[in-house]
Amino acid sequence: MADKAQWQGFSGSVWKNEIDVRQFIQDNYTPYDGDESFLCGPTTATKRLWGKLSDLQKEERARGGVLDMDTEVVSTMTSHAAGYLSKADEQIVGLQTDKPLKRAFMPFGGIKTACQACRSYGYEPSGVLEKIFTEYRTTHNQAVFDTYTPEMRLARHNKIITGLPDTYGRGRIVGDYRRVALYGIDFLIEQKKRDLRGLERGTPNDERIRLRQEVAMQIRALGEMKKMAKIYGFDISYPAGNAKEAVQWLYFGYLAAIKTQNGAAMSVGRVSAFIDIYVTRDLERGTLTESEAQELIDHFVLKCRMVKFARIPSYNELFSGDPVWATLSVAGMGSDGRHMVTKTDFRFLHTLENMGPSPEPNLTVLYSRRLPEKFKKYAAKISVDTSSIQYENDGVMRPVWGDDYSICCCVSATQTGKEMQFFGARANLAKCLLYAINGGVDERTKQQVSPLFERVTSDVLDFDEALGKFEQMMDWLAGLYVNTLNVIHYMHDRYNYEAAQMALIDTDLKRTFATGIAGFSHVVDSLSAIKYARVRPIRDENGIAVDYGIDGEFPRYGNNDDRADDIARWVLKTFIGKIRRYATYRGAEPTTSILTITSNVVYGKATGNLPDGRREGEPLSPGANPSYGAEKHGLIASLCSVAKLKYSYALDGISNTQTISPSALGNSDNERKDNLVALLDAYFKRGAHHLNVNVFGVDKLKDAMEHPEKEEYSNFTIRVSGYAVKFIALTREQQLDVIARSAHTVL
Amino acid sequence: MRCLYCHNPDSRELCGGKKTSAEALIAQAEEYRDFCGGITASGGEPMLQPEFVRELFALAKKRGFNTALDTSAQPYDPRDDKIAAMLETCDLVILDIKHIDPVKHKSLTGYGNDNILEFAKALAENGKPLWIRHVLVPGYESDDELRRLGEFIRGLKSVKKAEILPYHTLGRHKWKSPYPLEGVRAATGDDVERARKIMKI
Repeated sequence: MADKAQWQGFSGSVWKNEIDVRQFIQDNYTPYDGDESFLCGPTTATKRLWGKLSDLQKEERARGGVLDMDTEVVSTMTSHAAGYLSKADEQIVGLQTDKPLKRAFMPFGGIKTACQACRSYGYEPSGVLEKIFTEYRTTHNQAVFDTYTPEMRLARHNKIITGLPDTYGRGRIVGDYRRVALYGIDFLIEQKKRDLRGLERGTPNDERIRLRQEVAMQIRALGEMKKMAKIYGFDISYPAGNAKEAVQWLYFGYLAAIKTQNGAAMSVGRVSAFIDIYVTRDLERGTLTESEAQELIDHFVLKCRMVKFARIPSYNELFSGDPVWATLSVAGMGSDGRHMVTKTDFRFLHTLENMGPSPEPNLTVLYSRRLPEKFKKYAAKISVDTSSIQYENDGVMRPVWGDDYSICCCVSATQTGKEMQFFGARANLAKCLLYAINGGVDERTKQQVSPLFERVTSDVLDFDEALGKFEQMMDWLAGLYVNTLNVIHYMHDRYNYEAAQMALIDTDLKRTFATGIAGFSHVVDSLSAIKYARVRPIRDENGIAVDYGIDGEFPRYGNNDDRADDIARWVLKTFIGKIRRYATYRGAEPTTSILTITSNVVYGKATGNLPDGRREGEPLSPGANPSYGAEKHGLIASLCSVAKLKYSYALDGISNTQTISPSALGNSDNERKDNLVALLDAYFKRGAHHLNVNVFGVDKLKDAMEHPEKEEYSNFTIRVSGYAVKFIALTREQQLDVIARSAHTVL
Repeated sequence: MRCLYCHNPDSRELCGGKKTSAEALIAQAEEYRDFCGGITASGGEPMLQPEFVRELFALAKKRGFNTALDTSAQPYDPRDDKIAAMLETCDLVILDIKHIDPVKHKSLTGYGNDNILEFAKALAENGKPLWIRHVLVPGYESDDELRRLGEFIRGLKSVKKAEILPYHTLGRHKWKSPYPLEGVRAATGDDVERARKIMKI
């Protein structure tokens, strides 16, 4: 490709001839070691926009969670006229529909779901559309249920595999939206056309034919992106010529994704160093001021705060608080040893000061002890003030994913533009242990879910017997789980293909197959109870164990006690080992996670009494968190337990959410900042993957639950497992669950 | 002491808690060395167990930990050799001064403050690094008393940090008997700022 005028002043040549955004960043970014004193406050336009959005959000809440819905138009990139929050004030434009916070109609995932979403909020979907997508067009949801085996349906019904993306979009695919800005659409089309030509020769087998169709769809999607930008008056055929265009072009790429897909997680990616290169060039040219640069970032982030999808009530129970995981990752280290903190990384965090706390975008600091101290302290300050950011260990992720990965959901990493993920929700391992004890009969429905296995019949559970049977049951579960996900993703590719995102990912890409574990701490504590205490099954008239008597003490996960923590390591390693034995769709690389989001509440409802003393129906503990009340030795001991779980066994992520009272962190702002940084340094040094940090006391939560109308709580944001929510947007049940988790008053 | 605003009434019993050894505690601290560089003995009242604290701190210093004693100094007696020996092993003393006025100190805590102030002066003379803490309870001190407290603190040459902690009501639910400070409001950030100005610290 010939040098473009828009690239004037940029170094390097590799990235000019082929798509290589990472190389462009490495060749051109400016690491920043200074502090936050250069930052500018919000402009009057930003204040007006944020004021307007805040009002709309209040109205949305007053109307039961949805402000407006489309019922007549199937959402595509070009289905809607231009929409604005306030045209005169917006530096960055583009909405999912023609009005702010209006939710689009997206039937490709499932017409039943789409219609139910409308009806749950009092809207009536178009009869014609309902007919078309029921009678003439197969949707993803339909195709999956056509193909599920009876065993899959039974396992799903009994919720031993649960939260599956079969009634909602799989999401988690991050297009490299930066490509739109750096290269312009025409070059991207050229490249994809070249890829397609490369697929002409060779055996036209199933995979080859499918891929050819997919690339053709991607090329069409790129053309659509240009049309979409035209609706807003922009020509994105060409590369972006300045910072404002770069942010706008990049956002158009993202907008194309969120107009066409309602995946559970629709992440933005890792864009800060990239944008910073354009900002720095404009600042040097004198065509942009710091205040204007901040305004661009503020307005871009404002757009990320506005992403909405029409969801059904059962989805909201899984993922409470209307999250979209517009995850935006900042900082991290480069492979060459330079840190990747730029001034724009500060600018992104600063949006939480300029426009107050917010759950979206899901701001994630890719943390390393080697990040500049001033940046670490600034991030810690923002955490203490807003509880709105999460930290992930760049030190464990970079060796696996390189130095240009993005967080694609709550905490899972993906190589930007080089990879896609088959998201697979969770297998409930706590329930799996109960199945092992009961020979595969569900403890609640009493249905025989697995093939008939031998039950445990002894009066006291024997550890070796329980462990052996648990392994057998996990074998069965792993196979069924992988096969179920194979069905889901086969059909998702076929009937709800993410052409817009995939157009911004290499044609020759890596796929990961992201399984997950629910009920982790409970299965660990239960096994520990069986091993170290005396656990007596209490059986019903049919011999099914429905409760457990526990005599004696046993160590619990979360106290830095190896007796329990070794069991935790064993559970994780054993489970992923079993998953890896099964063939995955399109040869995807199997991974697993311990991250249950807010779905721990729903999963808990479907899980009976456990040998660790947890009662039927109570929430499971979220993610890799120790069980409620189990942590007896303070926060640090708890962190040490979680840090023992090896990231290499759970490449999809190990989420840990902790709440710390401000006074436990220190008596002054400086002390709190310093102590939080010291805590993060030490925790991640131990190889831990993730930490959500909340800094507030339980009293505040209780008050917010009782008085959601108070102005101070309208944007009160808390981190839950892997994302952030407005506390008042949670159901009361979930609020109580959050309150029940311990707030550490001492470290 | 028996402070009216005690937020840890559950730690007052002298016969409560769990027996442990200095070696076991140091082994635990080693586990967490990367989280912190030091060991603080706090309470309850660590000065009630000077021999144990001395043993613990001596061992800690050998292993390269900083040592800090978090105390109200109520048991302080300048003639007590055990306390003197313990102090030798402390890198830092964090001292709570509850009230500058001896009479009011007694009504607030049940004890006078003569020996406490004496303790602070003795440490300062020896050049022992000191952090002073003071809990601000709205309505329990006159401006003049605050000013005197500030003067006293500023007179201590080895003070590295002086903190004013706003009284809060979070410990209230831990009281089984009636809460002595019923009706007293929590101190605010503004109260603290104001006190800081009066005390000139």
